[in-house]
Amino acid sequence: MIRLLLAVLVVWSSAASAETLRMAVTTSFHNSGLADVLLPEIADDLGLEVQLLVVGTGQALRLGEAGDVDAILVHSRGAEEAFVAAGYGTHRREIMYNDFVLIGPQDDPAAIAESETATEALTRIAEAQAIFVSRGDDSGTHLKELALWADAGRDPAGFGRWYNAVGAGMGAALNTASGLNAYILSDRASWLSFGNRGDLALLFAGDPVLFNQYAYLPVNPERHPHVAADLARALEDWLVSDRARDLIDGYRMEGEQLFVFNAQSEGDT
Amino acid sequence: MIDLWDGVVQALRLVAGLDATLTDIALRSLQVTLSALGIACLIAFPLAALLAVRRFRWRRTVIAVLNALMGLPPVVVGLVVYVLLSRSGPFGVLGLLFTPTAMIIAQVIIIVPLIASIAHQSLRDLWHDYHDLLISMNVTQGQKLRTLMWDARRALLTAALAGFGRGIGEVGAIMIVGGNIDNATRVMTTAIALETGRGDFALALALGFILIVMTVAINLAVHTLGRTEREGRW
Repeated sequence: MIRLLLAVLVVWSSAASAETLRMAVTTSFHNSGLADVLLPEIADDLGLEVQLLVVGTGQALRLGEAGDVDAILVHSRGAEEAFVAAGYGTHRREIMYNDFVLIGPQDDPAAIAESETATEALTRIAEAQAIFVSRGDDSGTHLKELALWADAGRDPAGFGRWYNAVGAGMGAALNTASGLNAYILSDRASWLSFGNRGDLALLFAGDPVLFNQYAYLPVNPERHPHVAADLARALEDWLVSDRARDLIDGYRMEGEQLFVFNAQSEGDT
Repeated sequence: MIDLWDGVVQALRLVAGLDATLTDIALRSLQVTLSALGIACLIAFPLAALLAVRRFRWRRTVIAVLNALMGLPPVVVGLVVYVLLSRSGPFGVLGLLFTPTAMIIAQVIIIVPLIASIAHQSLRDLWHDYHDLLISMNVTQGQKLRTLMWDARRALLTAALAGFGRGIGEVGAIMIVGGNIDNATRVMTTAIALETGRGDFALALALGFILIVMTVAINLAVHTLGRTEREGRW
């Protein structure tokens, strides 16, 4: 009986997953809407259905380590290099970048709009003890925020009640910031696609330190023989092609270019 | 308040336009929860009947545990099922993770204790009435169970509807084991969570209203077909 049940389950699941590739991506990539442009083109060009799992960078890396996805597309260089070094991924391929922005109340009590650098902006927030919302979920955005605090010579562990680590995704954290009328670090795409802005506004952007590099990492087939390594390879070739370049560079949201394609043609893998 | 009104308007617009994506995820919601409900009933009803009829040493403990498990946190169930079905887990070779099957498995685990507990309650009362009669007729165990389940069918229907309610509105477990993949494992509740995350409250609310209406419609349909709540009928 149990054997029969298992057999049925296996047939059912394999029928559902023919010619598909599972890729874990970050919320920020998905919120940008770029996936909705790229996926149909990939389906046309390669005949490949890419199934996206939209999770935080931390969870995306875990899914890759467990072999539950075939490839990941995330933005946290240190964590990615550790992933490859530990043998979970074959290599790391840079594809494109977008940028982080600092969002805050329109009247800007900490006056961060006048700062020269991102570090200075955060210092002003800390000195004004203005309410700040942190992702607090080990996502790429959260790790970036922590790195920026470290640059500013401050440790969030010692912050008072003005610092709120919500432990949630970008959208949920933006909702919290909107409710508290607080400062928050967000990726530009999530901010532009966010519908519940309330009194928040984009206050600071443009510091090169805020650039956010996305990289593609195929899961290592030596460790997980079941992963679709051929399909992952085909997808990588497509992602670094001129066709992908035109689509990525040409993508606009509310009239703004979100992503800059910067994949090297070969060799840096 | 504007958000609520926008939600209602958008819900009506989506339903009126028979939005293809909406139909797709609504049907998937039903497919997952109804499959889970069917399997859960097959497990829970005989279990409840057995607990009502049989006397064994750990019976009270089993019943207490079953009652306690009604409050199983779905997110924990999701996590456990994820770990079991993960490629690195014991059932990884089946490749079930991020498929509707995985979602069904998680929901079965969540709703079996609920259905079994509610069903057991009614079956126990009924067994109290039937005990002497059935014992004097010297029927077999199987006949006892079948008689009880058939005569308590309306109470069992209520138990099943409670299970349906918990399953269709559940998001924690299916988000983890299903992954909310567009066109593959996205259902009503995970879509609502996604739109909330995007700050599109109007669309999230619209989906929410549609889900509520769907649930009410199914309950009404079951009651009508089952002819419950009618005068002169039990």
